[in-house]
Amino acid sequence: MTTLARSAVSRGITPGRVGLVAMLIAAYGLVPFVGSDYVLDALLTPFLALALAALGLNLLTGYAGLVSLGSSAFLAVGAYAAFNCNVRLQELPLLASIVAAGLVAAAVGIVFGLPSLRLRGFYLAVSTLAAQFFVQWALTKFGWFSNNNPSGVIDAPALTLSGLTFSSAVGRYVVSLTVVVVATLLAARLLRSQVGRNFIALRDHEIAAKVIGVPLLRTKLLAFGVSSFLIGIAGVLWAFAYLRTVEPAGFNLDRSFEILFIIIIGGPASIRGAFLGAAFMVVLPLLLSRLGAALLGDVFDSGVLEMSQRIVIGALIAGILIAEPRGLISLVDRLADRIRHRLSRPLRNPTQP
Amino acid sequence: MFEFQFFVEVLVGGLLSGVMYSLVAIGFVLIYKTSGVLNFAQGAMLLFAALTFVSLVERGVPFWFAIGATLVVMVALGVAVERVVLRPLVNQSPMTLFMATLGLSYVIEGVAQLLWGTQVHGLDLGIDDVPFEVGGVLISQFDLFAAATAGALVAGFALFFRHTRTGLAFRAVADDQFAALAVGLRLSRVWAAVWTAAGTVALVAGLLWGARLGVQYSLSLVVLKALPVLMLGGFDSVAGAIVGGLLIGAIEKLAEIYVGPLFGGGIEAWAAYVVALTFLLLRPSGLFGHKLVERV
Amino acid sequence: MLISKSLRTAALAAAIAFGAALPVHADEQFFPLQSYRVGPYAAGGTGFFGGFIDYLNLINIRDGGVNGVKLTWEEGETQYEVERGLEVYERLKNHPGVAAWNPLSVGIAYAMIDRITKDKVPLITINHGRTDSTDGRVFPYVFPLLLNPYSETSGIVNYIASREGGADKLKGKKIVVLYHGSPYGKETIPIYKLLADKYGFSLEQIEVPHPGNEQQSQWLSIRRAKPDYVVLRGWGVMNPVALKTAQKVGFPIDHIIGNVWSNSEEDVIPAGEAAKGYVAITTQASGAEFPVLQEIIKTVYGAGKGNLDDKKRIGSVYHNLGIVNGILNVEAIRIAQQKFGKRTLTGDEVRWGFEHLQLDPTRVQALGAKGLFHSINVTWDNHEGDGRVTFQQWDGTKWKAVSDWIAPDWAFLRPIIEKSAAAYAAEHNIKVRTSDDTALSQ
Repeated sequence: MTTLARSAVSRGITPGRVGLVAMLIAAYGLVPFVGSDYVLDALLTPFLALALAALGLNLLTGYAGLVSLGSSAFLAVGAYAAFNCNVRLQELPLLASIVAAGLVAAAVGIVFGLPSLRLRGFYLAVSTLAAQFFVQWALTKFGWFSNNNPSGVIDAPALTLSGLTFSSAVGRYVVSLTVVVVATLLAARLLRSQVGRNFIALRDHEIAAKVIGVPLLRTKLLAFGVSSFLIGIAGVLWAFAYLRTVEPAGFNLDRSFEILFIIIIGGPASIRGAFLGAAFMVVLPLLLSRLGAALLGDVFDSGVLEMSQRIVIGALIAGILIAEPRGLISLVDRLADRIRHRLSRPLRNPTQP
Repeated sequence: MFEFQFFVEVLVGGLLSGVMYSLVAIGFVLIYKTSGVLNFAQGAMLLFAALTFVSLVERGVPFWFAIGATLVVMVALGVAVERVVLRPLVNQSPMTLFMATLGLSYVIEGVAQLLWGTQVHGLDLGIDDVPFEVGGVLISQFDLFAAATAGALVAGFALFFRHTRTGLAFRAVADDQFAALAVGLRLSRVWAAVWTAAGTVALVAGLLWGARLGVQYSLSLVVLKALPVLMLGGFDSVAGAIVGGLLIGAIEKLAEIYVGPLFGGGIEAWAAYVVALTFLLLRPSGLFGHKLVERV
Repeated sequence: MLISKSLRTAALAAAIAFGAALPVHADEQFFPLQSYRVGPYAAGGTGFFGGFIDYLNLINIRDGGVNGVKLTWEEGETQYEVERGLEVYERLKNHPGVAAWNPLSVGIAYAMIDRITKDKVPLITINHGRTDSTDGRVFPYVFPLLLNPYSETSGIVNYIASREGGADKLKGKKIVVLYHGSPYGKETIPIYKLLADKYGFSLEQIEVPHPGNEQQSQWLSIRRAKPDYVVLRGWGVMNPVALKTAQKVGFPIDHIIGNVWSNSEEDVIPAGEAAKGYVAITTQASGAEFPVLQEIIKTVYGAGKGNLDDKKRIGSVYHNLGIVNGILNVEAIRIAQQKFGKRTLTGDEVRWGFEHLQLDPTRVQALGAKGLFHSINVTWDNHEGDGRVTFQQWDGTKWKAVSDWIAPDWAFLRPIIEKSAAAYAAEHNIKVRTSDDTALSQ
């Protein structure tokens, strides 16, 4: 329920809003000029795509309490749908392709969300694996999806928005950033609306939600639809802005788990948590492997380092869950509160619940 | 070959494969039943057991001694996991626990490969896999052996849970954790016993699957075969795991042979999930469902 | 094993740090290695990259580099994942003196094609990769050296024909292709169809879903179909399971022919006895008896710089593939140096070297690789280089050659490849090169 309280506070100028604006200014005004191609291409673009995917899953799992293990299937649907829009409807502008891809992903998501009407918990979670395996199979099996490429691989077109081409690392970053910012704002708005409250009611107590008049069927399917819409768009970014050549095998179960990790570690039912978690999952492995190579690279071969890194990441995941079950974001919040508390001690105004 | 004979052959092959799925599923059920944890690290544990065993044998350790040593290692691992990871997470949501076991599987896989290397090993249990023929139907000796082993394992557990104090405590905890605590059962001992049992199952499943696939990283992927079984049979029912395994195994093979060609084949990967799902939608209480809470 | 090696390396590192001064900057040619030593395909990765590094080490230790230009490299672990491969690419692409990329991963290679073409650095996909990248007119920087998937298919069919006593004997025979349910597995479906029409054999192609740890139903279908041969187009755990299940349904093992990713020790050892007699295609022979391997054992492993932890794996399929890959890379550099000078070359100069990589059997023998691989003849428009294939049979402990060097039917395949490449060029607005465009593009 902290989210509701926080959203109430955030009307008006709050430290949170100031921070957000400052971050946006930095993301648009600073990063494109100082970030190297490596930082933009290998860190920030995948970070943005994964953060958006995690946000999508968070709507479903964190807010509405419906667990899905099939996220990367919807990434794939988004990517392949956008590709096909682009190939088959050439007059369609890229932006429209992106939205259309999101809609296709939403439709597929609703279909695979149907079991949620009867199943819950792990039964539902495992049933979403059907989406995972079915989508991968279909994309590999039917050549139509990849425009009959013999290997099922699709090449992304250049990113063109209203006549401008964003083919450099900076361009792709800026496009991703814009898409993610817009999608995030829309998601935040939705969560503040009645629909968002319905999601939370559904998660907290399904029967009680029904009693107070939440339309269960519609809310559940809506959760699947909206969530898959966002994940589908993230898939477009993943395929078009980040990898630029994708094959169905890339959208495997490990990716689904990764996205689930992001929201659990970042903080379920938190928009900021999705971003924090994504940063953690994208940057930490690279940081560890760079650090390992720099410190111990002469002593151990890359295989040993990689295995040790895997162990460290696994241990960190378990460790964070033990130490902070509500995710990194609550750690950050507590830290921020403490700082703010110290700064504003003379005033009698505790801003956070 | 007669069409009916072929059908029987597919069916028998499927049932025997199903036993192998059940074997993995039982490991999940044991832990889920007592602690409500869907232990995804079961696959990693299976890999760890097989890799430890095969590495010991390759270093000249005698067969039975290696089995004993691996069992000790697996029990130690199980108990350590329970102590270090799951106990601090008591009372967290099932999803949090699930994620923790996912993290754990990273750790176990990493340690296994760090200790024993990434080489692919063959594993020979000394059972000839030359098939024999019954009325024109080929039957695999190895699969029969695997089925017998699984049967013995389940029978062993059944006796254990019925006739020992720990076993009774186990059933009490499975029925109602709080009531069990209230009457003074020591949960830690029960959980240690459960993880020991799960470690044993991991070892047996690891050896049998290892003999079929070779001992290598992909071994941990066999959990994906167990998940639809769990869905069909229920996460908390040993009997469900067995019957579910047989059903999934048989239906999966029959579907691939008779329905697969309509789609150009290769449907096995998702057919099992669709079957389990359809069944649950028609009969939400599952095969042996007594608890309806989770399935509404 | 790992520990003792680590200690050794540690001692070495300490010796360098405290003792010998590091050499001052000299001409160097750099190989960024997107290796995979962890994860499901680690066994192949350690063998291939081990062999590659062993050969580079041999050149450095024995010859002091290529005409005095030292070979250097850095590994980045990918676990065979595309994203990690690209991360390594972005990280290492600005390293000075990059010679060529050698990912040994179809997925990573595909994702790199646009990038390396823009950066003008060659991408070597030995034995794998995109078939139509054979057409150097459309893919100037991509080299599927020795064998592309189509040639492999043709080589396998030619071998079956030779076992049956001639191509005309294929008529009326039945072949089942058991393929991995992935883009890689499906890539040759149309070519098998074409060849079936051409030679008049009947064909059934059966998919095994990834990862392939259960194949009961597929092999029962095969048992029902009663084919003369089964071609195994597998990957990873699918291969040993196929061999085991074949035994279960009583299919004769020596009538299963493995493709180039089903041909290693790692594919047969887990199958144990069931694999005895299995035959597979290869571009490079197995074993350590070739002079170049003997030199590696003496010079590199003798100096404690060998890359494989387990010396028993010297001469294994992936190790030898890595060594052949090393030979091809080094010779391309040597050939390019003859034109551009004995110094660090640019990627585009190395590309020119690859496009003139012509090693006839005499030159192969001079390199100590007679019998290891046959020959290669890369030109500006044929980036595969007409590699020949041979077939090897597993005897329970090692691979034994059971055929001569067989030539695939390149003339038959070329028009199909050109058509596919032309479609790619049209789709991507690529100007098709002519022989005048092969000079450096700066």
